[in-house]
Formats: sequence, structure tokens, C-alpha cells
Amino acid sequence: MSMKKLFLLLSLIWPVIGLAAGGDSLAYDIEVDSTDVHSLQRGARIFVNYCMGCHSASYMRYNRMGKDLGISEDVLRENFMFGVTKSGSTMDIAMKSGDAEKFFGVAPPDLSVIARSRGEDWLYSYFMTFYRDPDRPFGVNNLTFKDVAMPHVLWELQGIQGPVTKIVMQKDGTETEVIERLELVTPGKLKPKQYEATVYDLVNFLDYLAEPAKFKRYKLGIWVIVYLLCFLVLAWMLKKEYWKDVH
Amino acid sequence: MNKVTSNLVSLRDWVDARFPLMKLWNEHLAEYYAPKNFNFWYFFGSLALVVLLIQIVTGIWLTMNYKPSAEEAFASVEYIMRDVEWGWWIRYMHSTGASAFFIVIYLHMFRALLYGSFKKPRELLWITGMLIYLTLMGEAFFGYLLPWGQMSYWGAQVIISLFGAIPIVGDELALWIRGDYVVSDVTLNRFFAFHVIAMPLVLLALVVMHIMALHEVGSNNPDGVDIKKKKDDNGVPLDGIPFHPYYTVKDIVGVTVFLILFSIVVFYAPEMGGYFLEHANFIPADPLKTPEHIAPVWYFTPFYAILRAVPSQVGGVFAMGLATMMFFFLPWLDRSPVKSIRYRGWKYRTALAAFTISFLALGWLGLQVATPLYTWMSRFFAIVYFAFFLLMPFYTSTDNDKPVPERVT
Repeated sequence: MSMKKLFLLLSLIWPVIGLAAGGDSLAYDIEVDSTDVHSLQRGARIFVNYCMGCHSASYMRYNRMGKDLGISEDVLRENFMFGVTKSGSTMDIAMKSGDAEKFFGVAPPDLSVIARSRGEDWLYSYFMTFYRDPDRPFGVNNLTFKDVAMPHVLWELQGIQGPVTKIVMQKDGTETEVIERLELVTPGKLKPKQYEATVYDLVNFLDYLAEPAKFKRYKLGIWVIVYLLCFLVLAWMLKKEYWKDVH
Repeated sequence: MNKVTSNLVSLRDWVDARFPLMKLWNEHLAEYYAPKNFNFWYFFGSLALVVLLIQIVTGIWLTMNYKPSAEEAFASVEYIMRDVEWGWWIRYMHSTGASAFFIVIYLHMFRALLYGSFKKPRELLWITGMLIYLTLMGEAFFGYLLPWGQMSYWGAQVIISLFGAIPIVGDELALWIRGDYVVSDVTLNRFFAFHVIAMPLVLLALVVMHIMALHEVGSNNPDGVDIKKKKDDNGVPLDGIPFHPYYTVKDIVGVTVFLILFSIVVFYAPEMGGYFLEHANFIPADPLKTPEHIAPVWYFTPFYAILRAVPSQVGGVFAMGLATMMFFFLPWLDRSPVKSIRYRGWKYRTALAAFTISFLALGWLGLQVATPLYTWMSRFFAIVYFAFFLLMPFYTSTDNDKPVPERVT
């Protein structure tokens, strides 16, 4: 489902609760680039620093990531591996899922293949649409993932956004308050453009994380197809030769 | 003749004195005479064999690393995707192969509808083919549970619960299939057994029967003409050519084109936008969390749409079962003396077009969230689907068929 459809669907449901999403302006559409190694490296740094406090990536190994992203073993140990000694280890975390459930009400999911279930557009939108909501336990809510249990971990980078609402007349005559857009209330360490770039890097990394073989797949596929095309020419000529005497 | 060749010939003769090697070779390849006018639609038989081979070989290699337990299944698939050498390639070939199998089989079946390949004397050929199709559906259903994602889990839960709709024995039957009150580790383990041993054995046996039946009666062709009626002095059909080498070299071309298309999907679109590998299946199975929208994989959706179109659940299950079974009766429902669409009248042509549109529409509708409009559309197309079969005796016996030529064109 595209983000537009998702938001349309959400905006159909939300008036019931009294607050509706504004629609298209809040949905993002991005294109990941698995060949941009520098972006992936930056994304990996954000991931280990911000996400891995609570989320694991249990199907991924540190040294595989190092090899694919051109990160040397030393740099890997110094900047990416915290409390882990073997570079062949999977990217697990110390937090027990039982404890996590106590802290957040729900265990933070493993993120190894999150990009394959959510999609890059959803993830990007998710990181862009946290906003202040005093009714929530951590004081923030999210337009993409309503009432999410997760706090806005990147808040010190982005700052805090507040909702700008408007009153919308419903078909049945009732008036509801709808979030029209989000507005930066407290600036963060990064300028909005820088934050967007940071989120892009993170989503790009999550996409890589979900399928490390994508690199190889893209590179190899063309040669397999070129080989088969050459073979097709020979097979076609062989067929022509044999079928000359069929009338 | 040089020494190597003469040695090989004497080896062949040695084997031939003890095993019908040359007899089999000649009967099924070198002296099996196929009509010379096969067209595009005749590639799909050999392609089905190729896909079967791909599935068996990749399946064996997947089995080497896959763990059929609820605890480990999902992780073992990711292990194959990441840590096993070429594991991602083997897995994508297998997952793409599943969809490719149905595409090829549906086109193969459509060919039979176009040229009347199910008609006398090919009734048993058609029936063994239909049994292959049903077995393949079972094979795909069992295999779909194995990755143990959310859609695997809930898809199986829904399909098995359909058996619960059968009066009296339903609940007991569903319990017996699952081996538990919900889909669980027990279910996964037995589905694994069915997927890797039981169904493939049945499938292979049926494929052998299918080919034996074909070679007994001979291939039909786009003109629907019996080539055995006109033979030369040696008893060779005038319009026939030996399958080997003519069709073996031709099929190599077809197989190569298929492999190119197959590779494009495997390397550049293995998820096929969520139709071959569904997004929800990258979330591990969770018995406590039902996904919002459960839909079967695309190749089951025409029947799923029929199931949902019927207001009562028992009725729906019955209609769905009947929809798959209708094909079996085709040889007796079709009363036309003409086989090929080339010489059929407007009635069959119209009926086949309506059926094809309905089948595709039902397939699309089965993928959508049911709305009142979609449900009514499903009902309409389901009626057209059944009408194609049930009205067939009437419209085929009164059709304005054209004269069929003596020889193939």
C-alpha cells in the first residue's frame, strides 16, 4: 500500500478518535540507494548509536556489515561494537525482551528485516512525523504510527515538532480537529535539511540491513542475463539449422 | 568408427540387452512423432518440467539449512539469506519458482482450452494434468507455511479453518489437520514432511503418468487435427516430426527465454511488489496478533474470491471446492465435434473470453480487501466462471463450427 493510500485510510479512521491526519503533505516518498556506501556507513553509525539501545538486528553479523560497507575491523571494533568482542557476532543487544516489555509496554522488535515489512517510505515518514503529545507516556506521538510506544529517540537531533491543527467539518455536520502539518517548536542540534539527510542515511542502512545480498544480486544479475542472451542466440541458430528441413 | 565410439556403442548394446534403453529413447523422443505445427502455447509443457526441476534441486539445498520448528524456522530462512553461500539465490529461485510454476501451469491449461486438448481421446491426459494441478496447490500451500512469517501463519490458520466449515466432521477434521488447536510447531513439522516428501512423490508419479498418457495418444496441435490419420508407407504421420531433435532444440530456445525472464525476477524483483514474497511475511509468526488483511498468494486468489462471494461459509467452501473440480468434467461437458478454437463458432469463443476475463478478475478481487462493491463483482464473475462449465453442453452442441481441414496448416 502506498503512503498516500495509507494516509487516506488513516484519515478515514481518525476522525472517530477526534484527531485526524492532514493527508498527503505528511507522507514521504524516497528512493534508497544501496550503492551509496558513505550514506550506508553514516546510517550504520546512527543505527548502532541510537537504535541498538533497545533494538537488536539478530540476523546480522558485525563483520558482514564491515565487509559490505568497507569498514575495517579496527574501526568496526572502536566505533560500532559496544560490549562485543567477536566481530563474527550477530548484532544482539543486552536488554532482555521481558524487561523491555516492562519499560515500554511492548518489546522493541528486532530490526533485521523491518525495511522489508514496512518499506522505506513508511520508515522515512515514521522518523519525520514525531510530534509533541502530552497525553503519551514519553510526551510524543507519531502520525505514521499512531500511539507508538517508542520515544522520539532522535529528538536531540531533530528537535521537537508540534502539531498545527485545523477544524474540519465532517459530512454528518460534526466538527473535528485535524492535524494539518507539523511545525518545529524546539530546534534540535541539526538543521531540518541535515536531519532529513540523517534520516535518509538511517533508512538507507535499514534497507541494506534487511537484505545484505542486494549488493551482489544487482551486480551479478546482469551477467547472468547477458550470458543467457548469448546462449539464446546459439540456441536459436541451432533450432533454425535443424528446422530447415521441416516443411 | 574410432575406438572410443565403438566402445560406447558396445556399452550401449550391453545395457540394451539388459534394460530397454533404446526402446525408451525411441518411444519417447527419437521416434515420438509430434505435429509439426506447434506454436507459442506448446512451450509450457516442457517449461513446467524445467520449473519442477528447479524446485526440486533448490528445495533439496534449502532443506540442508532450513529448520522446521516454530522457534527456528524464521531465523533459519534469514540464515540462508545471509550466512549460507549463495543461499539468497537458492531461496529466491525457489520462491520465484513457486509463482513461475503456477504461471506456466495456468498457461499450459489455457492452451488446452484453446485447442481442445482435453477432448477425446485425451481425457485421462487431462485428468492426470488436473491431478497435478491440485497436488501443486497442496504443495504450494504446505510450503507457504515454512518461512513462518505472519502471512504464512495466518494464511494457514484461515485455510485450515475452512475445513471446520464442513458440517458434522468439520471441527474434528481441522483439528486433525493442524494436530493442535491452533497452527503450531506440530503443524509446521507435518507441513514440512508433506512439502518435502509426500507431495513431491505424488507429483513426480503423476508427471510420469501424464507423459505416458500423452505419448500413448499423441500430442494435439493448434489445428486440433489427428495427425495419425495420414501416415506414410513406414507408418510415420505425414504431419509429424520426431520430438528429438526437432522439439528438443526448439524447447531449448523456449527454456532460455523463460530463464531470462525468470532471472530478471530473481535478481531484480524477487518480491515482485509484494506478490511473490509478501511484506507481512517478513514479520515472524505471532499467534497473538492477527494481521489486518489476510489474503492468500496470488495463484489462489481466484478461488478465494469465489469463497468470499458466497454469503454462507459452508456454501463458500463448497463453491470454492467445486470451482477447482469443474475442470475435471470438461471432456464430457464439451459437445462440439471440433477441438481447436480456430474452427469453433462464436459461442465457444465468446464463452472462453468471458471465462478468461472472469478468472483474471476473480484473481484480482481475491487480493483486495472485500468491500460491498467488490463482493458483488466477485459474485458476478463467479457466476460467469460456473456458467462457462455448466452451460458448455448447450453452447458447444449448437455452435456454428467451421469445417476442419484434413491436414495441419
